[in-house]
Amino acid sequence: MSNFLLPAATLWQRELIRFWRTKSRVLGVVASPLVFWLLMGYGSGDLARFYAGALVLTVMFSAIFSTISIIEDRREGFLLSMLVSPAPRTSMVLGKILGAATLAWIQGLIFLAFAPLAGVRIDLPELLPVAGAIFLISFTLTGLGFVIAWKMDSSQGFHAIMNLLLVPMWMVSGSLFPMSTAHGWIRAIMWANPLTYSISLLNHTLRLSGGAPGALASLVVTAGFGLVLLVSCGIMAAQTGTSSAA
Amino acid sequence: MIQVQNLTHRYGSRTALANVGFEVRQGEIFGLLGPNGGGKSTLFRILATMMRPTEGTASLAGFDVVRQAADVRRHVGVVFQTQSLDKALTVGENIRAQGHLHGLSGKVLAERIQYVTGRLGIQDRLNDVVDTLSGGLKRRVEIAKALLHRPQVLLMDEASTGLDPAARRDLTRQVEELRGRDGVTILLTTHILEEADKCDRLVLLHQGSIVTQGSPGELRARIGGDVVVLESPNSRELAARIEQKFPVRATAMDGKVRIEIPDGHRFITEVVEAFPGSIESVGLHKPTLEDVFVHETGASIE
Repeated sequence: MSNFLLPAATLWQRELIRFWRTKSRVLGVVASPLVFWLLMGYGSGDLARFYAGALVLTVMFSAIFSTISIIEDRREGFLLSMLVSPAPRTSMVLGKILGAATLAWIQGLIFLAFAPLAGVRIDLPELLPVAGAIFLISFTLTGLGFVIAWKMDSSQGFHAIMNLLLVPMWMVSGSLFPMSTAHGWIRAIMWANPLTYSISLLNHTLRLSGGAPGALASLVVTAGFGLVLLVSCGIMAAQTGTSSAA
Repeated sequence: MIQVQNLTHRYGSRTALANVGFEVRQGEIFGLLGPNGGGKSTLFRILATMMRPTEGTASLAGFDVVRQAADVRRHVGVVFQTQSLDKALTVGENIRAQGHLHGLSGKVLAERIQYVTGRLGIQDRLNDVVDTLSGGLKRRVEIAKALLHRPQVLLMDEASTGLDPAARRDLTRQVEELRGRDGVTILLTTHILEEADKCDRLVLLHQGSIVTQGSPGELRARIGGDVVVLESPNSRELAARIEQKFPVRATAMDGKVRIEIPDGHRFITEVVEAFPGSIESVGLHKPTLEDVFVHETGASIE
């Protein structure tokens, strides 16, 4: 068992140490969603409506930054020695994802400090479900980033996917407009979009309006999506021979 | 300690390795010498269990690289050409993380860290962030990391890349000590002749195939005599004219003509007198591994 947990724990710890040593990264990740949110919120006179979306964007940026490093890390970096160590691939995947998810979570919590601007008061008993929801979303988005990054040969490819898939996915998740006002086919996409359930979960726990699918459905879909991604990451990493031609 | 049989690897339709086979004995320093793109990296990646070969088998310390990859990884240390350290972490943090990946912890790990860092002379660098270290020191940390789990075999891929000559000599000395004191079997890839010369035995790889193998001394002895190198503005023409006039083989390459000949000093006077004005400089040396490579392949190693 220690052969499984020890590598996972050491990789998790590594992410935290790196994060602590490059604190300026926090600013970049939290600042841009914060600016988007304030501009759109004050511009439309409704800060509360965009709050959950902006928080998820913070988490998403953090998850992307963490997983994009896999691409470089594998060619020239720490990941190389992991790949030739006897530690199970699944434990490495778990360590990396938990580490990156923890960072996304911390940054999500930093964003949570701005909740009073949206008119949300969070008392101690409410903090637990909110923090839990943010962690679940962090975990899911990190898993998504990992699945994309693992097969990529260049970080340019990742940027393309980010612009063509991840950001549009965020846009039609209820972050900018509610499902109830959306046009027919957009609404269909929103139903199918796992991120819709993340935004909704956050709105439910923050007691904001805009919790379109019910609280339970939001929780189940977000957790289920995260689990599916985690298993996919494990399966992908367990296949030997990450053979980008030399 | 290392056995490679009929190893072939293809990337799509391109053959990177063609039917390669050799054996490395316990405690040897064994070199894979060849130009970049000759198949060294592919072979290295297969031996390091990072890639499956298309055909053939390879085993290290008695374990098959495909079927028993986890066992191979437990007994083999790997030093990569590129960095495999986390630059934001300290030397100690990097080495400790490596230990955890190998299931080492607590007192055992502490003792191993003390041993390998002492061995590589980096015991007072444990708290330095890797990014602040020189290239030579980073290499030593890489090697310390690779030795942490007491591997029987150490694989090193172009380990001297980017090192200055002093650091390179240091590295060579350390490799020799590792074999001597710790009995580690070492397989290294290189395109640097000076390094290849320090190996016990070598294989020369060219275009995915083994051209020849043996100890550096044996390989050089195969040429025999001297190598004469003539520089000329028109090396091709000069080579052809020399072959017409003398019973020798003259190869034109990179503005030079190479001739392998038993009595080089005598030949020099004759050839200079025979072609006045078409020779710009004359050189004579005992055969080097570069000469062996040229002799076997007709191509330069650089």
